[in-house]
Amino acid sequence: MITLPRRPRGGVHPENRKAVTRSLSIRNAAVPSRCVVPLLQHAGPAAVPAVRVGDRVREGMLIGRAADSAAANVHAPVPGVVTGTATLTLADERSCEAFVIDLEGEFDRLGKVAEPIDWQRKSVRELLRGIRDNGVVGMSGSGNAVHRKLNLPRAAEINHLIVNGIENEPYLSADNRLMIEMTDGVLEGTRIAERILRPQRVTIALQKDSTQAIRKLRRRIRERGLDYAVRALPVNYPQGDERLLARAISGREVSAERETSEIGVMVSSVATMYAVFEAIVYQKPVIERIVTLSGAALRSPANIKVRIGTPIAELIAECGGFVESPEKIVVGGPMMGHTIIDVSTPVTKLTTAVLALTAAEIHHGAETGCIRCGRCVRACPVGLEPTTLYKMLEHTELEQAQAAGLFDCIECGCCGFICPAHIPLVEGLKNGKLAVRQHGGRM
Amino acid sequence: MSNPEAQRSGSGRPMLARTSAPQYHERLSTRSLMWSVIAALLPAAIWGVYVYGLRALLVVLMAIIASAVTETLISGSRETLSDGSAILTGLLLGMMLPPAVPWYVVIAAAVFAIGVAKWTFGGLGRNWINPALAGRVFVHFSWTGPMTRWTMPRTLGADSIAGATPLSIVQNAVHEGQALLGGPVAILSASGFPRSTLDSAVTEWLNLNVLTHIGVHLPAGYVDPFVGNVPGAIGEGSALLLLVGTLLLFSRRTISWEIPTAYFAAFAGLAWVVGGLPYGGAAFSGDVLFQLVSGSVIMVMFYVATDPVTSPLTAAGMLVFGAGAGALTFVIRAYGGAAEGAALAVLFMNAGTPLINRLTRPRRLGGRRGRRA
Repeated sequence: MITLPRRPRGGVHPENRKAVTRSLSIRNAAVPSRCVVPLLQHAGPAAVPAVRVGDRVREGMLIGRAADSAAANVHAPVPGVVTGTATLTLADERSCEAFVIDLEGEFDRLGKVAEPIDWQRKSVRELLRGIRDNGVVGMSGSGNAVHRKLNLPRAAEINHLIVNGIENEPYLSADNRLMIEMTDGVLEGTRIAERILRPQRVTIALQKDSTQAIRKLRRRIRERGLDYAVRALPVNYPQGDERLLARAISGREVSAERETSEIGVMVSSVATMYAVFEAIVYQKPVIERIVTLSGAALRSPANIKVRIGTPIAELIAECGGFVESPEKIVVGGPMMGHTIIDVSTPVTKLTTAVLALTAAEIHHGAETGCIRCGRCVRACPVGLEPTTLYKMLEHTELEQAQAAGLFDCIECGCCGFICPAHIPLVEGLKNGKLAVRQHGGRM
Repeated sequence: MSNPEAQRSGSGRPMLARTSAPQYHERLSTRSLMWSVIAALLPAAIWGVYVYGLRALLVVLMAIIASAVTETLISGSRETLSDGSAILTGLLLGMMLPPAVPWYVVIAAAVFAIGVAKWTFGGLGRNWINPALAGRVFVHFSWTGPMTRWTMPRTLGADSIAGATPLSIVQNAVHEGQALLGGPVAILSASGFPRSTLDSAVTEWLNLNVLTHIGVHLPAGYVDPFVGNVPGAIGEGSALLLLVGTLLLFSRRTISWEIPTAYFAAFAGLAWVVGGLPYGGAAFSGDVLFQLVSGSVIMVMFYVATDPVTSPLTAAGMLVFGAGAGALTFVIRAYGGAAEGAALAVLFMNAGTPLINRLTRPRRLGGRRGRRA
């Protein structure tokens, strides 16, 4: 069956403010003298401690072992001594234990030239094990264990691998820089995923405005003789969502409660592909990541490669501190990210960005009554009526809200962003899901 | 967003807000929406005051003040006034009234609009019919005499009370069987309805310089109603200035295109296809232009039917709503009264909005159409 690509439905067009960081090359952050490494940097349960206080750890050594297949291993980002543990509240409001590691001794990787491994001679099982052992998770914020995602049941078949370079949260440009500066790593990671999944087609999807990355990818694909398509999609938030991107590229739909693998599509981000590349080719665990630092409160915004566990305060210092005091500090993008009130919160595998936003750039407004304008309905990319759901939840009509699609909500933020009455629609729907779960109605 | 419970995060560090996503917002508020519509209406309102005199200004001001006072008294605070919705209702209402209407009719219309149509349902966002429209229709049927007594614009001569608007002259002629004169403009000419020198000058210029190139000839008599040189409601006369105001509404995305477009298509389509029949013409010979620039069609199409509160939620719903309102306007005009045709049509569609919403629920990703338990 031929399925035509589809135009996005709904969505919004927020000012993207990427110009500030888009052309800034990735630079390395200073290695922190003390890392705080959470044991929960993935979906699923926290990792089980694999070291004890007082232990000496090497760079990249396992310090937390995945508790089950949904979780991921955690490694020491720096060499040193485990001087303590701490209970943290992460940016995403989950709590977990963390190891405090004081920098000491020699780096095994930093400053040394690593030998690439010829992965072509490895079996699929060996590749999956390499991805698992090195703690690779969905690096664009989902935190899903990648080895589990790639390891499909025998019956399942992936026709189409889509590599997600959309990065359509405003401000963010780390993925864009990654595609430009580490093009071959991204492509190599994609080849590894292709080897595991054996799809008929591979498409790398970007937004039209990432012109430099599009050119670079196309050129390297041509030069290397790869059979990958690069698709430039019109700018629309939130088409970077897994299911929406699957729909845009393959023309097939799957609801929020099902996986895209059911329609033969696998979506994985460019940052994840790069992490797969490093895990397999250099046997390097996920101990650092690229973070966009932006927002009008920051003196010099940047794209920085940073060790996991670095306190956010140190990244802010790397960017010259504040030019004015921020109204809020957001970890992740402005549409779906979380605020932190404690800048000692560490960077995790899921920290795509840190934004120091001023009052002038967030357009905060007082909440007023719904005027039924329908902007939220027209903006909803999954076809919900956010205003209707919100009103049902206000009256604690949990069953009606479920029947009206509460659990189809992908929490993309479009409705709350566009609402002229500034009603906290997303928060209301999130709380509604929580209430349903607590009532045992679901999951 | 909600509960921005700012907390101090350690000494010397800035106060940081803890909020739920999304962390920033479109530059848009209910208030800015309302004030955009007010701003868009102003050129036409000022024109009305210019051509109908100080009396028109008093009517508009009275309508605004009465609406604002009613809103404040009922809501018990001045807070709801700041969203601009009551001011907008007052302005719209004033612009839909005849210039010479007695003061108590204005007050009654405003009190009915805000007190009954808006607040018996709980205020802004809860009413299911457009308040200004409801107020206008209420006084139309309560004081039909004063509501159909119109003032001649100063640009057409003396400050006299004229009998009727062009639309009602034409409709009366049709009802009395004098229709076989060719069309509405011919009827107006035959009835001795005055025409300004501006009309003939502009028509001539257009014919010579623009329309001749596309092989069209425009008869005299359309320019006056288009710019507002006719007796009519204070703010509804100038289709031109109302259209200018819509530029602001569309550029700021205050209103969406669906309702006006569907309204236009349905109304103009019917006017073209069957609108010529009462004048002895064949099908597809209706005078669309006259129908569009007379009565309150332009006002209703862009400023009243697009009221967010009383129109449907989805794009599909808006198309249905607009088409329904446009078609009903034509039908009511053809078989019923004159000036109030467009107003009644939209009121009727307002009542149908919940049903339209139910029938045009968006399809959810993955297939199923939204349903209610």
